[in-house]
Order: sequence, then C-alpha cells, then structure tokens
Amino acid sequence: MSGVNWPGVGAIFQHEMSRFFRTVMQSLLSPVLSTVLYFVVFGAAIGGRIQSVEGVEYGAFIVPGLMMLTILQQSVSNASFGIYFPKFSGTIYEYLVSPVGWIEVTLGFVGAAATKAVLIALVILLTSFFFVGVHILHPVWMLAFLVLTATGFSLLGFIIGLWAKSFEQLQIVPMMVITPLVFLGGAFYSADMLPPFWEGVAKLNPVLYLVSGFRWAFFGIADVPVGVSLVAVGLMIAACCLAIRWIFATGWRLRE
Amino acid sequence: MRAMPGPITPGPSEKDDTMTAIIRIENLSKQYGSGTKALSGVSLDIHEGEIIALLGPNGAGKTTLISIICGLVVPTGGTVRVGGHDIATQWRAARKLIGLVPQEIALEPFETVINAVRFTRGLYGEGPDDAYIERVLRSLALWDKRDAMTRELSGGMKRRVLIAKALSHRPKVLFLDEPTAGVDVALRREMWEVVDQLRRDGVTIILTTHYLEEAEEMADRIGVINHGELLLVRPTADLMGEFGKKTLTIELMEPLAAIPDALSDRALRLSDDGRSLAYEYDTRADRTGIAHLLGDLARKGIMVRDVSTRQSSLEEVFMTLVAEPRQEVTA
Repeated sequence: MSGVNWPGVGAIFQHEMSRFFRTVMQSLLSPVLSTVLYFVVFGAAIGGRIQSVEGVEYGAFIVPGLMMLTILQQSVSNASFGIYFPKFSGTIYEYLVSPVGWIEVTLGFVGAAATKAVLIALVILLTSFFFVGVHILHPVWMLAFLVLTATGFSLLGFIIGLWAKSFEQLQIVPMMVITPLVFLGGAFYSADMLPPFWEGVAKLNPVLYLVSGFRWAFFGIADVPVGVSLVAVGLMIAACCLAIRWIFATGWRLRE
Repeated sequence: MRAMPGPITPGPSEKDDTMTAIIRIENLSKQYGSGTKALSGVSLDIHEGEIIALLGPNGAGKTTLISIICGLVVPTGGTVRVGGHDIATQWRAARKLIGLVPQEIALEPFETVINAVRFTRGLYGEGPDDAYIERVLRSLALWDKRDAMTRELSGGMKRRVLIAKALSHRPKVLFLDEPTAGVDVALRREMWEVVDQLRRDGVTIILTTHYLEEAEEMADRIGVINHGELLLVRPTADLMGEFGKKTLTIELMEPLAAIPDALSDRALRLSDDGRSLAYEYDTRADRTGIAHLLGDLARKGIMVRDVSTRQSSLEEVFMTLVAEPRQEVTA
C-alpha cells in the first residue's frame, strides 16, 4: 500500500482511541454489566432448565453469542458515531482538505472502532470466566473471527455514519436491524433447535454465519461449515469497502 | 493602509515572468446539479508571498473558488495547480501545501488545544514536532491555553486555534474564509495582526471577506467576484487610485449664502452653514478641474481658508465595480 499516508492513518486512529480512553469506565462498565445480566438470566435462570446444547453446557454455549452480540453492537455504534460526529460538529472539512483519501480515513476510523469492539469483547470473555468454565478449542481462529467480524461490522457502521443525517438515523439501524439479526442469528441457541422452516429462514441471516464460525472456534461445533462463515465475512468486508470507496469518490453525504 | 510589500504583480500585461505563481487557476467553472452556475471561466495566478483578498457579495462564488482549490468541491471545468501540482491528479502533493481556516468555527469540543493542532499535523502526514507546534501556539498567544479544552475558549481564541491547526504542517498557502466574520472590532484588529505576522513569515494568504476595510487594510491585491465571474484583480493601491473618487473640501474665510451663478455649472455642494464647498472628482480623469475651480473662486473674491481631500472607501469602489459593466480581468 505504497502512497498511503500512514501518519494520517495513525492520527485518526489515535484520535478515535483517545475518545475511548477518555470514557474508558463507561465504555467498559456498560457491556460488562449487560453480560453479567445475560449470564444471570440466560445462564442461571434459563440455563438451569437446559442442561446442554450439543454437549456444551448452556452457560458456556452462549459465551460466543454474547461476545458476538457485543462485537456487532460496539463495532457499529463506535464506527458510525466516529464518522458522524465530525459531520455533526463541522470538523469533517479537515478530512476532506487534508492529504488523506478514503483508504486512510477508513483505516483510521474502522481500525479504531474494531479495536475498541475487540477490547470490549475480550473483557466480556474474561468476565464470563467468573460464571462458567469456557475452554477455547481454536484460540487463534477465535481471535481471527473476532477481528474479522469487528472489521466487517465497523465498516458497516462507518457507512451508516456517512449516511446518517441525524442522531435518530444513527441509532435506528443498529436498533432496528443489528440487534434483531443477532438475536435471530443463533446467539443463544443452535439453528438445529429451530423447526425446519425457520432453520431455512435463519440461514438467510448473515449473522448466523458469523456466530456459527465463532462458536466453532470455541467448541468445534457449527451450524454451517467454517469455510462458509469465512467467505461470508470476507464478502461483507469487500462489499462495504466498495461502498465506502464509492461514497468518497462521489462525495455522497460528504461534500453535499 | 500599510505600505505595499515585496513582489506584487499587477496583471498579465505587466507580469514579471520570473514571478512564481504558487497557485495557477485556469478557466475554472462550477455548475451545481440544480443548474446554478457558481463559477464561470475563472483564471487567476496567485504569487508566492502575497496576500490576495477576494471580495464579492453573498453567493458571488468566492467560497466556491476556495472550496475547489482546497478539495471540498469538485469543479465541472478548468484546472488548478498548487505549487505545480494538479489538484485533481496530484491532490496529495497539492493539499500538503495548503492550510484552510474555515468560516465556521468547527472544533472538537472535548479536545485540548495542543492535541487538536497535533492531530491536524498528523493528518497531513507530518511526524510529531512539538517545538514547532509550541512556536505556532506562542505566536498566536495560545500557549498558555494549550491544555484547555477547545470548548472552554472564547470565540477569538477558537478562531486562533483554527489558524494554528491550519499552520500545523507549515503550509505555503493559507486560505482564510471570512476570518473576522462576526467578531468584534478589537478581535478583528487582533486577527489582522496575526495575518500581518504570517505575511512577514512569507506565507501566501488568500482571504475572502465581506469587510472591505479588511481587504484594504491587509491585501496586496484585491480580486472582485460577482455572479461567478472574476471581474478584476488589481493591486489594492492601484484599485483605490483607479476607481476611487476623491472629494475636495474647501473651507471658506467667509460663509456663502449660495453658490455664485458663475460656478453653478460645477458639481459643487455648499454646506448648511455656508462655510465649506465640497467638490467630487474622479482621480482617473485627465483633468480633475481643481486648478480651474480654485482660480474661479479667487476671481470671484471668495477667500479660501483651507483645502482637504478624502479618498472614497473601498466599499464605494466595490459598489461602483459591481454596478458597472464587466471590466477587463487582469490576473
């Protein structure tokens, strides 16, 4: 990637991360609290009635799903807010007049959003160790899925931030689309547990492939082949990159 | 008005070929999707080290012109080169030479002054240089506020932070879009001093302004834009001399009840108290008629106590220009 303004990427990345560290307690406390609640409700209350899913204790079974839920929510909200805020405050002009193009801006914002999301997901994983015994079968793949998914959904969040013209629009996509997709994507159950028709419907949900691949990295079990999960993430990243490139080339919602 | 500094090129007919054009604008045009023509065939050379003011009413096209050069707006025709780099094909190199101070104060509220300046420097691909940033902040009287969040600053300080950010990467060209819009008189003076310091540092400055006094005070050359066309570009002093009207005020020893009939063909105005006559003349005219007027007054036995002249303000010059048919553009 010769010709890329790497100090520019670093400046944006550092700038975005400093926002995270300014409010580190809120950034971490809220997802950790949510996770504890999920473990109490799903793990203890409901999990008491479900002994195991495909041989995995239910409390442990939902750990990848919880991490995935957090990764998706955090990636989208961090990236969308990150790029929307300069649009809102008017400082977006700096990115448009300086020698940074779509690659630098995307790497800076998306890199920071994905990093924050991964850090929070890892904190949730640590938290889960206090509640259930989790053994990670393929730790490297687990990390790879984590990073790839965070990247894919940070890119999606970045597009939402570029598109949004108000804070309402900024929140409506995560609320109306992302959360339902995660809940219906097998975060708290295996797709095999659904009736055949709904199992077919669930397989249209892209999040299912991410959760499935991620769970495979933990327990070696998956709803869909791991290769398909990887291709799904790859396709999502590629599609988002093309869309962002187009937005910067045309100036849509940026130079209007 | 300050003395005209260093190398100034009045126009192409008198242009010195050795003069370096840091910005070369050729036949630039911009038509928006709505069909509105914001710029039509604008050509202009801006020389290294000069201060040029772009004047024009709202919607004249001056901010569009700046926005195109800086990369905020894509032109529909023409070319712009900054330091020899085409802004479309060599945009990275071109933009590295430019600093922009926007009209609206846009700062991240929870960031400290010094970090805001460091951030901009990073965006331009420059490594950390805290010694230089300290110099910039000190020169803008911001050093004591370096650790303050930008939201805690006054309007004038925020504007200076924008200038510091624009200077963070040592640009050769600085664009100031309405730098003193909405600021009080004291602050405006302060801003002029900042610009004066930048001029001494050799920075080329292009500013747009509604305050004609500001252009007169700061600029080496003035460009007048209206309806997307560059009507003319002239050295400030030449423009004032060329288009300026002067008023000769003649104070009389004895008050007059009325202007004598023999002088009624001259455009004279008698003051209410009858103690002074005002005579407006065009400095461009071959004959101003002053000598004849004074001779006629003497012949009529009207004794003169004193005479004084007043140059018309740039505002009056500007109104004359935009009202008159288009002048030949000299850039």
